[in-house]
Order: sequence, then structure tokens, then C-alpha cells
Amino acid sequence: MNELDITARTMTVSVVQVLVVLLGSPLLVGLMRFVRARMEGRVGAGVLQPWRDTVKLLRKHRLDPEGTGPAFRTAPVLGVAVGAVAAGAIPLMATGTAFGTGADMIAVIGLLALASAALALAGLDTATAFGGMGASREMTIAALAEPTILMAVFALSARVGSTNLPAIVAAGAAGASRLASPASLLAAVALAVVVLAECGRLPVDNPATHLELTMVHEAMVLEYSGPDLALVELGAAMRLTVLLGLWSSLFVPFGIATGTGLGVLLLGLLVFAAKTAVLGCVLAAGEVFMAKLRLFRVPELLAGSFLLGVLAVAASFFLD
Amino acid sequence: MSANPVAVALAVAGGFGLVASTGALVLPARIRVLATGGSAAASGTAGAAAGALALSGRTYAAHLPNLLPLGGVYLRVDALAGVFLAVTGAVFAVAAVYGIGYFRGHGSNRAVQAVWPLFALSLLLVPVAASVSTLLYAWELMALTSLLLVCAGGGEQARSAGLWYAVMTHLGLVALLAGLVWLAAAAHTETFAGIAAASGSISPAVKGAVFVLVLAGFGSKAGMVPLHAWLPRAHPEAPSPVSAVMSAAMVNLGVYGLVRVGFGLLHGGSRWWWLTALLLGALSAVYGIIQAAVETDLKRLLAYSTVENLGLILLAVGAAGILSDSGQPVLAALALAAGLLHVATHAAFKTLLFLGAGSVLHATGTRDLDELGGLRTRMPVTTGLFALGALGAAALPGGAGFPSEWLLLQSLIHARVISGAAALVMLPVAVGAIALSAGLAVATFVKALGTGFLAKPRSARAEHAHEASGPMLAGLGIAAVACLALALVPGTSAPALARAVNAAGLYVGGLPEYADRLTAIGSTLSPLLVVAVVVLLVLAIKALLKITARAPRRAAPLWDCGAPPLTARMEYTATSFAEPLQRVFDDVIAPESDLDVTQHDESEYLVARVAYSRAVPDRIEHRLYLPVVHTVRRAGRMATHVANGSVHRYLGYGFCAVIVLLVVLAAAR
Repeated sequence: MNELDITARTMTVSVVQVLVVLLGSPLLVGLMRFVRARMEGRVGAGVLQPWRDTVKLLRKHRLDPEGTGPAFRTAPVLGVAVGAVAAGAIPLMATGTAFGTGADMIAVIGLLALASAALALAGLDTATAFGGMGASREMTIAALAEPTILMAVFALSARVGSTNLPAIVAAGAAGASRLASPASLLAAVALAVVVLAECGRLPVDNPATHLELTMVHEAMVLEYSGPDLALVELGAAMRLTVLLGLWSSLFVPFGIATGTGLGVLLLGLLVFAAKTAVLGCVLAAGEVFMAKLRLFRVPELLAGSFLLGVLAVAASFFLD
Repeated sequence: MSANPVAVALAVAGGFGLVASTGALVLPARIRVLATGGSAAASGTAGAAAGALALSGRTYAAHLPNLLPLGGVYLRVDALAGVFLAVTGAVFAVAAVYGIGYFRGHGSNRAVQAVWPLFALSLLLVPVAASVSTLLYAWELMALTSLLLVCAGGGEQARSAGLWYAVMTHLGLVALLAGLVWLAAAAHTETFAGIAAASGSISPAVKGAVFVLVLAGFGSKAGMVPLHAWLPRAHPEAPSPVSAVMSAAMVNLGVYGLVRVGFGLLHGGSRWWWLTALLLGALSAVYGIIQAAVETDLKRLLAYSTVENLGLILLAVGAAGILSDSGQPVLAALALAAGLLHVATHAAFKTLLFLGAGSVLHATGTRDLDELGGLRTRMPVTTGLFALGALGAAALPGGAGFPSEWLLLQSLIHARVISGAAALVMLPVAVGAIALSAGLAVATFVKALGTGFLAKPRSARAEHAHEASGPMLAGLGIAAVACLALALVPGTSAPALARAVNAAGLYVGGLPEYADRLTAIGSTLSPLLVVAVVVLLVLAIKALLKITARAPRRAAPLWDCGAPPLTARMEYTATSFAEPLQRVFDDVIAPESDLDVTQHDESEYLVARVAYSRAVPDRIEHRLYLPVVHTVRRAGRMATHVANGSVHRYLGYGFCAVIVLLVVLAAAR
């Protein structure tokens, strides 16, 4: 196969991944809400409800809350753009993505952090107590979650000798024994805790609350309405999907297409969708049995997962 | 014979610098600021050109025997010196352009304008020095001129900062003097070339002691914890262009000295040296950024961020030493290259941030983030450029700090090849420190930008801010271009970095092969591609929204919980933003809060007044320095009993001393 052909294939993979994440992430959120409602004994809205909400919001007028500036208007768009770039760069259905050697793990994590920093700036920009409170809490959590993600990926990269995402995932897919190593298991737990924190799920933040004492993400985006709110919600859903996909690609890389055949790619796509749906259901089921942690207990949880990350790095130096 | 271009550039830099300094003294006020600033900028540009020439592979060496007593002056410029010359010269030039606007408006202080070109020249002289005495002369010149500039502001705070700085910089000088003179004595020569040749025959114990002394001396200049106490006091007190030069250029010279002596003169030495440097670097990085996260004074926040970044550079140097000791020269070179790249990127974004903070101070008269806010409407350009600098300091993609921290992590990823349990335990700790400081840096700079520049003004001073003048914006603009270049195309610096690492004496292999390796690793990160895709997507989505929108954007009131009006007093301030972080790191920073409740005269159940105050003192300063200061003060007070001013008593002391001396001499015979 010549070079042009490979480029075309990886380009296709990336575009398909972006489209699947863009269209599928509201469905994932809908599925999680549905599962949660059923387990709590409610009927709940259908899986399509987040999409209906999005379409409704997109049709509304665009409002500028008084005194807000460019930071407020750009943050939602940046969130969706970063979600799309991450979806295009992370090997979700196949190991070859369009960014090639540029699909760097640290860069992807940095981009996701950039999006949450932009949203925090938007919260501060509103000059209300709610916006500031949400931004302050969100950045406190992110300041501790970021390092943990870096440690977890570092533990995995040390083995491969590269922070290139396709290389790490391909190495994991090639040998199952690597996945059962102490470094990998420690990193899996650390990363799982942080994914919950980064996506604002229980026990760190409750996505369904609007009580000012407890809310984090919702307080920060309180002033958004209409199409801007639709983008914020879409960005959050894409972030959740991408992070769950990253977790499954790193620790359960089975079914990810390593070749470029059409059949393998289709299979990879189906497996990715199935894995993400299962992870989402497990998450939703777990949330039913869990209460939100007090805000100032959250750092303890994150410090614990950071420690696991440090141990994972140490283990990757010592034990592999 | 044609003249050496490096020498010509250095001579031009020196000439223009002296012209600027003299001009400030003799010229009338009307043209003084412009003429001084112009020639200072020319001097800085020439210095940067000398550095660039050295980085492109040219060298220069000279011995001027008659310039100074005892051995004369030895000069030598290689690629390692080139990095620091280029950075210092560029920062100097940018700060000079900015200074034209800054000094014109307020406090056109003749002395400050005369001293600060000399300060910048002394910074250019340090990396050029090639003998112990020349280096120490340049070092002391740098310390004295910067001390004058720190004290220039006047006032109690500046006086106290000057005192701290004077004492600590001279303790550092004593450590350097002892270490380097000891080294020169052991090597029987004071030229760097001679010491490097003779250092193989010096005993390891002497070399170890010399390294510890030199680490203390250079480390204190680089803000290494626990010798950092002067830095967050002194840097904010100087006029803002000088703060930028101090924080972006002067501190780097501590790193230069450590690399020059540790690798160039002592050839690496033992592993524990570099383990110490690595651990102190990691400690500085984490401690610096935690203090920055809870700081509310904008310039002090930036100074603590300098402690963090220099800690990261020190960590990189330490990692290079350990890797070199483990027989991994290529990885060691990679770590050192990451450190040198971070020297350049930190200089770029810190210049931008300090100059931006200077514009804020100039426009509002305060550096307290709690009193600022809302500057975005009045100072839109400054806000945008400060945001770019903050992006760099937060080490997020698209920012200047990202590629260098990324490169440092790349070198550590391969560190599992090294042997030795101690190093294998320390390296994860180092990676953890980098990760933690990166995470906290994001929160810190969201706070600085969000509470300082966005939202609504929280004081009348912030409300009446004005945009900076043309030359100040020009200075900020040049620094911003440098930030963008380093952030988007860091790969272009690979050949220059390879030459610098080679000149440091760390790697003794084929240069081209190593440069290729650096370029290859650099090419696996394509910040330009990632940033371009993100920017394009943002523009595309915005355009799509605009096309599909039914009506233009409309203003709407903020949600005020049904109890209007919303006032600026309800906003989150920098203090309240950092409060959760302060709670998280309660054990590390030990904040002091004081609640003072005054009861009514009639009844103790009625409260008349509640006063709450909170301060976050530097804990290391409190626990480590104040006991020493108190002990010295107590000793001084006790000594007043011995020396109470009575002439009879002093005569008695003299008599006793003579007797004791005679007895000793008699016994010694």
C-alpha cells in the first residue's frame, strides 16, 4: 500500500471517530440517564432526550449576559473543538489516526485541560458569585486531577518509550500480559478515579444537581443559555466519551483495528461503541449506589489516586 | 585579518550600554528616556546577536591581561554561553523598548535609568567570563547593580527587600568564592580551560565539597528552595522592566554557573551531586507553584512562578547529571537540552507577564489582584498579550512552556534504563513534581488572568485604568512574538540546542548524529498542527453558528437570584478563588488567620465589630530564616554588654589580647 493510501485511511479513521463521538456522545449521556432512572425506579426520558434538548437549544436566541466578554463567548466553542481534536487523535477504533506521530498523549491531555481552563475563565468573566465559585472549585479539582492523568500515562509510556498514543495502544493490543502488569493495573485505577473527576461525575460532582452548596460544573456554566449552552453540554458529553474511550483503549484494547482493512475498521467501530456503552452503564449503575463526597473530601480522593499514579510510575521503572 | 563577529557584537553591546548609562546621567529630561531606551535596546540586540552567532557555531576567546589586577580578564564565548547571551540580550532589548514608555510617564528616575543598562551589561558579562576571578567580578557587579535597582523604589517594603537581597546574595557570593577559589587552588590555575584539564587529578572529596558550595551559591541566585527567600521579595520591588530582566534573565545565570562548573569544569562527578540538584529542583518547583497559587500580589505571584520554573530547569540539569553518570549520554543530553529550552521559553513568557504586570501597575497603581478585575475593557491589548503569556506559564498546548516541559518528560520516560535503587525511587518523585506543578500552574494562571483582567473592576483604581502607551505595547508585542515562535515551532531550535549541550561538556560524541536524534524526538510533537487544527475548528464552529443563527446576539441581564443589583463586592476575588487550594495544601503553607471580635459595651452577646485577617507567609522563611535572624540579633544584643562604649574597657581588652598573644608566642617557641 502506498503512502497516499495510508494517509487517506488514517484520515478516514479520524473523521469517522470524530463523527461517531460528536453524534454518539449525547446518546451515551442519554443512555446513562436512562439506566440510572430505571435502577432508581423511575421511568426516565428516552435515550434520545439529550439530542432533543440540543436541537431545541440550538434554535433559541443567542444571549450575551451583561458585562461578559470574548472569554465567555469562546469557551463553549473551544470545548467542542478540543473534544473533536481529542476524538480524532486518540485511537478509539483503530491504531492509525490522522495526526500520526503528532497524536501525543501529553498534548491531548493538555488540550482537554485547556478547554476546562477556558470554561473556568468564562465562569470568572461573568463576575457573579456562582461563576467564580464554580471556576474556583473546578480548577482546584483539575489542578489535582491533571497530575494524576499525567502520571498514569507516564507509567504506560515508560514501557513503550514514547508518549505517542497509537504506539502505546498498539503495544497494549499486541500483548495481553502487559495489561496485567502492576504498573498497568495501578494506572488503570488512578485514571478511572480521575476520569470521574474530570467529567464531573459522582462522587466528585453531581451532574444532576442545581444546589449551590454542592454544584461545581453547573455553577460555572450557570449563565449560559441557548446555543452556547448546547455547545457546553455537547463539549462535556464529548469529553466524557473521549475519556472513557481513552481508558478502554489503554486498558482494554481488544478489538481495536491494527490493520487498515475495511472489515477490521468496521469491527473496531462496533467494539468501541459497545465498550463505551458498557462502561457508561457501569458508571451509571455505580452512581445509583453512591453519594457525593463533601467538596473538601474530594482532594483526599484525588491525592489517593495521585499516589497510585506515582506508584504506577515507580512500578513501571522497577517491575517491568 | 578580519575581526571576530562575536567580539564585534559584544563590543557593540558594551558600547551602547555605556552610552545609555552615561546618557541617562548627562542628557536633559526631554530626550533622556528616548535616547537611553534606544541605546539600551541597541545594546541588548547586539548582545542577542552575539549569542545567536555563538549558537550558530562561532566561538571567541580573549585574554586581556591589563584590564584587571591579578591575572587580567579571560573571556570565552561558546554555544553554551550563547544560549544565555541570546536570552539575556533579547530580554534586555525588549525591556528597554518597554522602558521608553514606562519611564516616560512616572518616576523618570535618573539613577535607575543610569544603573539598569550597567546591570544588563553585567548579565551579559557573566556567561562570557572564562576564569574564576573574571566570573566573580562580573557576578558581584551584577549583584551590586541589581541591589541598587531593588532599593530604588524607596519605601519600607523596598528597604526590607533590599536588605534581604543584599544579605542573601552576598552569602551566595561567599559560598561561590570559597568553592571556586578552592577549586582554582586545587587545580593550580584559575582559567576555566586549565581547571577543566586538571580536574581529573583533583580528589573526589574536594570536588564534592566544591560542588556543594557552588550549588548553594548558584542555586540561591536561581531561587532554589530553601535559598529562595529573597526572590519573591526583591523581584517585585524593582521597576517593572527591571523585574522582567531579573526574573527572566538574571536567575538563569545560576543555572548557567551550575552547568558550566558541574559539567564543564568538574566533568559530571558523582551521582549524589545530581540527585541533590534534582531533589532540590523538584522541591522548588512544587513549593514555588503552591505559593504562587495562593498569592494575591500579581508581581509576587510571578516571582514565585519563577521559583517554580527555575526548579524545573534545575530538575532537568540534575536528571542530565544522573543519566550521564549512568552511561546514557544521549538521554543526558536530551534532558539538558530540555532544561536549556526551558530557560529560553521561561524567559519569553516571564518577560511578557512581568511587562504586562508592569502595565497594570502603571495604569492602576496597584498590584493586588483582589483590587483589580475588569481590565479587559480598558486594556484589551494588554489583556490579550497577558493571556498569551499565562498560556505559556500554564504549560498548556499553544503556550511557550509546553514544548520544553514535554521534552523534559520525554527524557525521563527512558530513565528506566539507569541503574541504582536511589535514582529509581527519585525519578518517579521528579515526574510527580513536574506533573503536580503543571496542574497547579493552570489553576494559578487562571486565577491571575480571571480575577485580574476579566470580570468587573473591584476598585476605583481598576475602573479608571488606561491602556499602556505605544512603546510599552511594542515591548509586550515583541515578547509575545517570541512566545508564539517558541510555542509553535520549537523544533527549529534543535541544532542550536545540540551545539550548546555539546559545549557544556556533557556529550562527547558526533554532533550531527545527536542533533538528528533531538530533531527526531522533537518531530513527534507537532504543536503547530494541533494548534492550527483547534483554531480552525473554533473558527469553523463560530462561523456555522453565525450562519444558522436567527437573530444577532442580544444582551441579557445576569442571574441575580431575584435580589438585584449585583455588585463587584459579590465577585470572587483572587483570595476566594484560591481558598479551596489553600485548604488542600493547608499543611504545607500553614496560613495564618486572625479573628478579632469586639463586643458591645452593654452586653457581651452583642457584637460591635468583627475583624478578620488572613496572611499566607512563606513558611520556609518563617521556620528556617527567622530563627537564624533572631539568634543573630540576640547575639548582637548580648555583645553590647561586652562593647558598652567605655574606652577603659577597650584598653583593657587590648592589653589582655597582647598578654595572651605573648603567652601563646612564648609557649609556641
